[in-house]
Amino acid sequence: MSAPNKSFDPVEVTTLSPEVLAGFVSEAISAISAANSLDELKEVRLAHTGDRSPLSLANREIGALPPAAKAEAGKRMGESRGAVNAALAARTQELETLRDAALLIEESVDVTTATGVRAQGGRHPLTTIQEQIADVFVALGYQLAEGPEIESEWLNFDALNIAPDHPARTMQDTFFIGSEDSGIVLRTHTSPVQIRSMLNRELPIYVICPGRVFRTDELDSTHSPVFHQVEGLVIDKGITMADLKGTLDHFAQSMFGEGIVTRLRPSYFPFTEPSAEVDLQCFVCRGTSVDNPDAPCRTCRSEGWIEWGGCGMVNPKVLVATGIDPEIYSGFAFGMGLERTLMFRHGITDMRDMVEGDVRFTRAFGLGV
Amino acid sequence: MKIPVSWLREFVEIPENLSGREVSELLLSVGFEVEGVDTVGDVRGPLVVGRVKTIEELTDFKKPIRWCTVEVGAANGNDATPGIRGIVCGARNFSEGDLVVVALPGTTLPGDFTIATRETYGHISDGMICSVRELGIGDEHDGILILPAGSATPGDNAFPILGLGDEVLDISVTPDRGYALSMRGMAREAAIAQRVSFNDPGLVLADLPEAGGTVIPAASDDYQACDLLVLRTLGNYNPAAPTPDFIKARLAAVGVRSISLAVDLTNYVMFELGQPLHAFDADKITGTIRARWAKAGETLETLDGVKRDLTTEDLVIADDARVLSLAGVMGGAYSEISETTTRVVLEAAHFDPTVIAKMSRRHKLSSEASRRLERGVDRMLPPVASARFAQLLIEHGGATFEGTSSVEQAPDPIVISFDPNLPGQVAGHTYESATVEKILASLGCSVDTSKSPWSVRTPSWRPDLAAAIDLVEEVIRIDGYEKVPATLPTAPAGRGLTELQKLQRRAGLHLAGRGLVEVRNYPFVGVAEFDALGIPASDSRRHAVQLANALSDEQPLMRTTLLPGLTGALARNISRGFTDVALFEIASVSLLSADQSATGVTNPPRPSVLQRPSATDIEALEALLPEQPLHLGALLTGALKPAALGAKPTPASWSDAIDIALALGIELGVEIEVSAGEYAPWHPGRCAALSINGELIGYAGELAPKALENLGLPKRAVALELNLSALLAAANVVASAPAIWTFPVAKEDIALVVKADVAATDVLNVVREAAGELLEDIRLFDVYEGSQVAEGHKSLAFALRFRAQDRTLAADEVSAARQAGVDAAAKSFGASLR
Ligand SMILES: [Zn+2]
Repeated sequence: MSAPNKSFDPVEVTTLSPEVLAGFVSEAISAISAANSLDELKEVRLAHTGDRSPLSLANREIGALPPAAKAEAGKRMGESRGAVNAALAARTQELETLRDAALLIEESVDVTTATGVRAQGGRHPLTTIQEQIADVFVALGYQLAEGPEIESEWLNFDALNIAPDHPARTMQDTFFIGSEDSGIVLRTHTSPVQIRSMLNRELPIYVICPGRVFRTDELDSTHSPVFHQVEGLVIDKGITMADLKGTLDHFAQSMFGEGIVTRLRPSYFPFTEPSAEVDLQCFVCRGTSVDNPDAPCRTCRSEGWIEWGGCGMVNPKVLVATGIDPEIYSGFAFGMGLERTLMFRHGITDMRDMVEGDVRFTRAFGLGV
Repeated sequence: MKIPVSWLREFVEIPENLSGREVSELLLSVGFEVEGVDTVGDVRGPLVVGRVKTIEELTDFKKPIRWCTVEVGAANGNDATPGIRGIVCGARNFSEGDLVVVALPGTTLPGDFTIATRETYGHISDGMICSVRELGIGDEHDGILILPAGSATPGDNAFPILGLGDEVLDISVTPDRGYALSMRGMAREAAIAQRVSFNDPGLVLADLPEAGGTVIPAASDDYQACDLLVLRTLGNYNPAAPTPDFIKARLAAVGVRSISLAVDLTNYVMFELGQPLHAFDADKITGTIRARWAKAGETLETLDGVKRDLTTEDLVIADDARVLSLAGVMGGAYSEISETTTRVVLEAAHFDPTVIAKMSRRHKLSSEASRRLERGVDRMLPPVASARFAQLLIEHGGATFEGTSSVEQAPDPIVISFDPNLPGQVAGHTYESATVEKILASLGCSVDTSKSPWSVRTPSWRPDLAAAIDLVEEVIRIDGYEKVPATLPTAPAGRGLTELQKLQRRAGLHLAGRGLVEVRNYPFVGVAEFDALGIPASDSRRHAVQLANALSDEQPLMRTTLLPGLTGALARNISRGFTDVALFEIASVSLLSADQSATGVTNPPRPSVLQRPSATDIEALEALLPEQPLHLGALLTGALKPAALGAKPTPASWSDAIDIALALGIELGVEIEVSAGEYAPWHPGRCAALSINGELIGYAGELAPKALENLGLPKRAVALELNLSALLAAANVVASAPAIWTFPVAKEDIALVVKADVAATDVLNVVREAAGELLEDIRLFDVYEGSQVAEGHKSLAFALRFRAQDRTLAADEVSAARQAGVDAAAKSFGASLR
């Protein structure tokens, strides 16, 4: 390095002249932009900003300038280096982006091969529809009530005003334990859970009872000796048939969509009076298929209504049998078959699909219906 | 109940232009569900009465053929032979001069079969002489339908004569509405639905000729069981008298076969008015006809040819010599109307419905009569119905009236005290008093509105109306259920599902999330399934609840374990081509205590239903039942999850079965302890007993090879079954947050050599205990048996993770804790570091 020289004229140090510095800078910038990879850029950086680069060499000359000239030369040098560094940074970023993009392309896979590794579990739709229905009623403040599947005949029949000689109480319909006189049956409906609720719960009672029930039918495409029901029961002061109708409409809308209503038709059940059949407005065609051969509906067979279940006002005799004063309390009950509900709601055509445990069937429903 | 519309119209005015479907809707509006509308004989076109004029036998063909000329009326002949048609016919049961039914060309018979003029057997056949079967009005094979001589004129339209084209409604009648099982009952409902008046044929006593002859006396031994017995005796009956066609047609339409005039008329009047009737051959009767209880040892051969042993709970109709019939259920063979009967005695009676129901049930015999009587028949009807029968038998059977006898105990009228506001209170809807009164009157009630509450006397034909609520139902029904508004009652604020209910859902979600598929099997099992599983004879699972009437003799028991159902479902999946199957089921099983019988008790409690059962009664009812806990079962074969591309699938192993249980435990906040177990049907060397705080809750592991072979299932299938109720009860409902320490972790691995029969979990527990609170986690990651360790020994490799709450651990702290673990294992199990 040269020693400071007071009389030295900066103009004469050619490497620090504005023209020469500008030349260095422009050489460096064109080299930078010509670099096509990060490796090339690294070499360009060494060549144009390294210790042996023209700018570095010129920088050393500043020390030799007279003080008066140092400041101006230093400023010029700083600007030149700044311009080169900025160009380097910009190019580095450009090249890094290109490199990253190239890497991503290189690492690409056939994403459609990601089949066959999904979770294969599933819950049975008869389980999840029970939960879904329970949730509708729990949201209304109901409790979920349960009871045993092997049940006393008294709870299954007597307490429900089903007389000892009622045709349902024969071995043609009911599974008896041991003998027809044992007083023990496989419950033929979930109604004994209602009796249990009336015997054990505090009034008022608002319960929903889903569960497995049994009748002596052979398995075929529409019957099963083991099937499922859901029943609802309300016992409170001043409960009316209008309350029953409103509750059924709410249930129908929760399960089948806004605006769907129910229709009641007179019927007979020993444990309710008045009794009714519940029809559900067809949630597919909403009745538009009736007398309209151009747009038939498979779900309701173009009838506009689907038979859904039974209901009625709790027979005062049932209240008496459970120690509830019918002068003070009244109530309603309703019940639906869940297999049937699943069949028309999900287009299941054969009861056996729900019985056989074929993994394809359950998997199709995932974790909920 | 089949209702021909033409028959209905006889008793109620229905506008002519209403179709069967519109009549159905009318009845639906008052609550009668019509399941279908059929048209009698699906026949269209020119169907006329013909008289066979000539018959020429054609013998040149393989089968005998007749070439006939038939008079079909002036308007129906053809141009060449006015009033006559030539017809080729293959049947032979008719003669010249017979009246027949002719389908002229253009007639369409059932099966969409249209008659056309055609040349056959060398003649032009210009129509068809029809059989009952071809007309779709019967199944008789007897050949051509021949109309009674003189009953019609050639050329008459045959439709009304045969009842063709009549629409028949198929109405489902609920058991409480026995009154509706007749034209009379349905006509009343149709009148009510149309708000028109009704002329009740049940109140019209037919005019009978003066009696002349010997009357068979009537008696009832028990007026509780039979409070009215009416006998009508008729003589000079012509047993060959044919049943008029319109009656035959109507009986066919309601599904009853024609037998003989007298029998047909009992059925006809029953369908018309609702009163079951029974006709006896009066010449077979000895002395008095009596309703009485059967004596032990008596027998009766009923009309169906079955010889029945009677008990003292059977009510019979008997004479002085023998039992004649099962009262109201079925007649006896001895006294039935035969081809030689010329004297008829008709029984019309009123019985206690429960007596009839019990008999029908006991003898497994349900007849048109018993169906009506067990539902309740009008107490005032027997005199009317029996007179109607006598009138018809005189008219159509040439009979003469010999006389009537009857015995009765007059019934008490049913009077109900009725608040006219009650229907409104039940329905949540307002009914004007006038409306209520009008509806009750239309049912036949006499309503006294002068006092409040009203006094309502119910009609004899509505024995189902016994209490105020019955009247309420009728008011709401007749006014229309569709008028009832919809309101939503407000339940008290709810607390949602119970903890157990939530946990049960969580268990199901957890298992499905792990890749298991839920099944819901039937609960029926059999001994063969226990045998196949290798469940020992003494095992309590064989002490199972037994069904009295199982659908299958192979499966008469209720499940005590979920495994038979799961193995069945697995077998079905495998037979359908699936090799990787993981099933689970959550369901109750029934577990009898040692002192509970598989067949229940002999004298179960039957508390009164007129009041709440006592606590003792309720307890006794509960004691009848087996314990019914929820079980969780799982059965796996093949890979639980398909392998990734290029990787090998890992089949589920005994450890997966255990892990499913343990992971579920972790999900529910329960630590499930594992120890070696031995329990069929598990492989005795690969069976884990699962416990909570020392209480056994179930088993998991690989199934025994023999059991799998017996069941035809793949080798190495694994299973678990546990008492889910017990697991859920132990669940930690409110999980506690762990302390999350953030100082650096120190990891150490140790391999301990122990004897081969030492349980890894025991070693792990000892090391964990001894290593103290700095040990954050310990995990078994390898088990080695082989040349590197001594014979009869194994090496257990554990990964240990240490961390302190408040500092970075020093190396000597970690090694001291680790050493403490190793030392403890050495002390407890003679373990040495490998
Ligand atoms: Zn539809």
